[in-house]
Amino acid sequence: MADSRRSAPLSWTNKPAAKMSDVVEKTLTALPSLLSLDSQPGSAKLSSSSKLGNLIRGITELTSKHEEEKLIQRELVSIKEQVSSPNTTMRQMKELMVRAIYCESLGYEASFSYIHAIKLAQQGTALEKRVGYLAVSLFLNENHELLLLLVNTVLKDLQSTNLIEVCMALTVVSQMFPKDMIPAILPLVEEKLNHPKEIIRRKAVLALYKFYLIAPNQVQHIHNKFRKALCDKDPGVMTASLHIYLQLIQENPDGYKDLTASFVTILKQVVGGKLPIDFNYHSVPAPWLQIQLLRILSLLGKNDQNASEIMYEILDESLQRAEMNHNITYAILYECVKCVYTIHPKSDLLEKAAKCIGNFVLSQKINLKYLGLKALTYVVQQDPKLALQHQMTIIECLDHSDLIIKRETVELLFRITNAQNVMVIVDKMLEFLRVSPDDYTTIDLTGKVAELAEKYAPDNEWFIETMNTVFSVGGDMMQPDIPNSFLKLLSEGFDGVEEDRKLRLFAVDSYVSLLRGEPGKLPQRFLQVISWVLGEYSHLMEELEPATVLRLLERLLDMKQTSSETKSWVLMAMTKLCEGGASVAVAQQVSETYISSMDTVLRQRAQELQHLSQDSELRARVLPRDADLEPQEVDSSLSFLDGFVSEALAAGAAPYKPPHQRQEELAQAKALSLEPYGLSLPISMASCSIADRQSPTLLSISSGLSGDSTELSHKGGPTTLKLDGVKRVWGREGYLRESVEEVAQVEVPSPLRSPSQQAGADSSHSQTPTPTPDPEQDKQQLASSLFFGLSSQSPMCLMGKPEPTPNRFRRKTKGQGSSSSATGQTPSPLSSSPSTVDDLLGDDLLDSSIPSEPSVSSSTITLELSQGFTATAHGPCDVEAELADSDVKESNPSPSEDDGLVAADPAPHEDPDRPEDPCLSSHLPAELCEHGHSEITPLCTNQSLELSACHVQKEDSLVFVIFICNSSAIQQIQLELHSEHLEVSCVSDSPEVDVSSHSVTVYQYSLTVKRPSVHVEVAGMVSYQLCDGTPQNLQFSYKLPLTSFIRPLTVSTEEYGTMWLDFCHDTKQNLTLISDGEEPLTATLNVLKRKLQLGVVEVIGMEGILACQLLKDQPCLMHCRVHAGLLAVWLRSPVPDLPDCLIYHCQRALQGD
Amino acid sequence: MMHFLLLFSRQGKLRLQKWFTPLSEREKKKVIRDMVALVLARPARTCNFLQWKDLKIVYKRYASLYFSVGLDEQDNELLALEVLHRYVELLDRYFGNVCELDIIFNFEKAYFILDEFLMGGEVVETSKLAVGASIEEADTFQE
Repeated sequence: MADSRRSAPLSWTNKPAAKMSDVVEKTLTALPSLLSLDSQPGSAKLSSSSKLGNLIRGITELTSKHEEEKLIQRELVSIKEQVSSPNTTMRQMKELMVRAIYCESLGYEASFSYIHAIKLAQQGTALEKRVGYLAVSLFLNENHELLLLLVNTVLKDLQSTNLIEVCMALTVVSQMFPKDMIPAILPLVEEKLNHPKEIIRRKAVLALYKFYLIAPNQVQHIHNKFRKALCDKDPGVMTASLHIYLQLIQENPDGYKDLTASFVTILKQVVGGKLPIDFNYHSVPAPWLQIQLLRILSLLGKNDQNASEIMYEILDESLQRAEMNHNITYAILYECVKCVYTIHPKSDLLEKAAKCIGNFVLSQKINLKYLGLKALTYVVQQDPKLALQHQMTIIECLDHSDLIIKRETVELLFRITNAQNVMVIVDKMLEFLRVSPDDYTTIDLTGKVAELAEKYAPDNEWFIETMNTVFSVGGDMMQPDIPNSFLKLLSEGFDGVEEDRKLRLFAVDSYVSLLRGEPGKLPQRFLQVISWVLGEYSHLMEELEPATVLRLLERLLDMKQTSSETKSWVLMAMTKLCEGGASVAVAQQVSETYISSMDTVLRQRAQELQHLSQDSELRARVLPRDADLEPQEVDSSLSFLDGFVSEALAAGAAPYKPPHQRQEELAQAKALSLEPYGLSLPISMASCSIADRQSPTLLSISSGLSGDSTELSHKGGPTTLKLDGVKRVWGREGYLRESVEEVAQVEVPSPLRSPSQQAGADSSHSQTPTPTPDPEQDKQQLASSLFFGLSSQSPMCLMGKPEPTPNRFRRKTKGQGSSSSATGQTPSPLSSSPSTVDDLLGDDLLDSSIPSEPSVSSSTITLELSQGFTATAHGPCDVEAELADSDVKESNPSPSEDDGLVAADPAPHEDPDRPEDPCLSSHLPAELCEHGHSEITPLCTNQSLELSACHVQKEDSLVFVIFICNSSAIQQIQLELHSEHLEVSCVSDSPEVDVSSHSVTVYQYSLTVKRPSVHVEVAGMVSYQLCDGTPQNLQFSYKLPLTSFIRPLTVSTEEYGTMWLDFCHDTKQNLTLISDGEEPLTATLNVLKRKLQLGVVEVIGMEGILACQLLKDQPCLMHCRVHAGLLAVWLRSPVPDLPDCLIYHCQRALQGD
Repeated sequence: MMHFLLLFSRQGKLRLQKWFTPLSEREKKKVIRDMVALVLARPARTCNFLQWKDLKIVYKRYASLYFSVGLDEQDNELLALEVLHRYVELLDRYFGNVCELDIIFNFEKAYFILDEFLMGGEVVETSKLAVGASIEEADTFQE
């Protein structure tokens, strides 16, 4: 330390800090001499005498890594010797620790010193302790077990009377304290909030902030103390507390609106220079505090006019004051601008903020330019004209030498893309992609390009070529869902039969020429896409011989960089193509090579190829080419193996046990748990016949023999079954590969092949569709093409806002799928109403991140649908047209729609109520009233509309009812619902929407669970037009517990036994028993029966079995047993996640009492 | 909130590392490697900001040393530059004409100053005087 005190106070007090870097530069020029000559005065002051100094100097003199390693190892041995010696004093220990830290920082492990670091923190005096804590925080991370030894030290130091020790303890606590140890020290830290010294209070607040971040529930009880910290007389403590508030407000802005005025007052005081001069930074008052406050205010003012109005004045003042020319004022300005654009808009503030952004963008300082672009990107959705104003600057930035600036400009362009400028912008993005060295950017940008291409592609050629570039540039880094959704788009089609055919044909053509070129340069993912497309669609190209394609594909197999995954794609494609003598010969040859491959998947594919190429009849059956719209049925229970199983069992084989059961058996090695179900009911032997439940062996035999072991899962109708089966086959990552087999059949209409069309496709290929402006051309022209359509556009049309122009490549399956598969309640897809059509266009369809499972299932469903519904599905009237027509349909629904189940004609229309009438329940359709409904809750309101909703639990369905009260003249109300977890289908629509008078309209939807979750949510949007024709929309969401979908299931004990063995998803947990005088098991089961609608199948002794179903026909079985004062519950179901969700609700139900 | 603060030399040697969010050793190594590579590759007269995964990187070169911090998406880049500057001022004030060698030979002091200035990734004390005083107090205590 002595050497660190070397600097005379004068030397630094006189030095202006801003010049520091220059000074450092000067010092550094002297460096080489310092290092080599020990005798120089400069190096003497650098603790030349200390051992650390010697070590460091030793290392700098070395020439090779090897020498360094030797030296450090020697050093470590010596440190190790000394730290473990009992004679080493704490002072020496401190010195040793510093050296150990140095060695570690060079990348050499010194784990032997960890324990000594903790000892030093425990036993040393102030500075020694400090080094100890520092070493601990550098050596160990949160999860290190040695940290437990530190808890006591921290506790002791927190209670110390020495302020420095308390400070150190608080610092270390915020740095790396294990989560589960927080409760041990929390009271002491809390106590420090009242410490007389402000630095302690500050650090205590920050420590609590850290606790809040890592374990929010542990500091929940001290929220009022945070308020006290906010009111602390020391501005530093108050500043520290703002970190917590920022976090809290981010999570729940509505909970802290009352503080808005206080924050504004604080900001006023700060801006007005009321704080002690200590808080100034380069003569700007407390910039950190100002920025923190601005961030909080923008959160509070977002979507809240009242709160925003309070802050307009101070924002204005901040914008005006920050005229000075210093970085820190720019920082404040930037934050101010963001705030102004986030809160409820005020025109003159926006104007000032826009000017500010202009100054940033036009600034010569590159940092400011960057932030200006960022700000533009941020505001461009609200204010596209601003981008227009600065278009020339943006064009310049697009060619900036700094890649970061370029990147930000590209991002900005991405936000202003529309159908008119998409080609130019995508071109610019791809141009950037080619120069960008950074993987993260590549992944991000390829995703964005793919998104734009899918959304705005002007024509097929452009689309395929753009995607080709995405695949080649994005390579194997890009998000896997890009190729997935691309293939899905190709296979599902989008725009009518002929268009689909052209697109596919073009893809085939383009891929064949790519393969003829240099396929070795293409990334694996792209090769996989190519293989799949060629396998599926190369037959569309008439003059292309399958053998030619096979030979091209064969070349891929021979390249050494081809991964085995790609190879199996290739083999799969070959399997589909081997037709005719020449191809069979190639196929045979290939399959012989790979049939002995070490890779089992490849071997399997080769086997398939061999067999199928020899037997064309079998191939046609397994891989039917086109027009085969029959979905494949997948028997998930593998019941066709029943015969085989029973034979094996008869021959003495052990019955199959699912993995979880085997594991369990391993766990409780000697217990009787060999029986999955028999164990649970051992006493039952007396009370029921042997045939009911016996050993699992017998049970599984019986299930094996029954041949209809999956009867129950079949009950849900074909839809349910297929969903189920598909899921299992397709696994998470297997989507693409399997899709070769399954999705292949999706809607391939028998193609009309004609050479002339082929020629057309060829010629269109040869012309380059991208009108990239020449480099010499004036930037003006680029600008006009980039910003085309921007000026005329209303902000609504920009990205992130509802799209008035539907996507070009719209996938059409999902919405239809949901409507038909929803419950089987809607008798035919024809009865799906206009709002379902709207549904089709819902955002979720465009979401490329849809997991493959549901989308796959929906594709199968479409097939059925299109069969029964050919007129619409294949007719010229595509979805887009339906969209345009939907308003019309809404107002004149066809009479057939009101037939049957849909006959729920809402009575209220005869006597339209005023919307203020709270008694919405009177509007509930009569046939729903008898079932009892949940409380009617408001969904959303504005001046013209009021939406409320409730749900009605019917025996076999769940009806979701939406009430729309319109209080002013609006027209063309449309409702759109979508949900991640639920299938939504429309039961009935209000036949007419009253335009002028105040009326209540009732919409009914039937909901079924697609994917179980503890709570499920329906989100939706209502769109309408004001009387002047302006379109408006409102969004809402409605949450309901999974239990609303649970109904009792009546099964016999025998059936139960059979089902139990079939189900593969299960969960177990111990729950608390209810004991209110009654026999605990009965009491508990009664609660479950009452609250969750579980059906009790049988209760014997201390065990009970229950059954229920998730609407519709998705069973879940429950077995429970009283054990050691707890209820051991075991749930099983064929539906993933269902057991877990149910156990949660059981727990809730039992806790509630 | 800051996620980390790194000091490294033009040769890519790490001089100081401070982590404000928990990371495993392997992740730390990756961050350090990427930071050094990214920052050192930046040509002169380019802006001081970078994007790395979902973090903003703000860096600044003082003589032969690069100071760099990783920030959340919503954090203010310019403010972070000032944090770095204030830290340099603090070092300068303590060491007097601070240079890389001061930080190499007395890295523990550099850490202590940082601990007084930042806590949990946020600025705890903005006053130069106060930080200086508390460090000196601790030093005196030891003597």
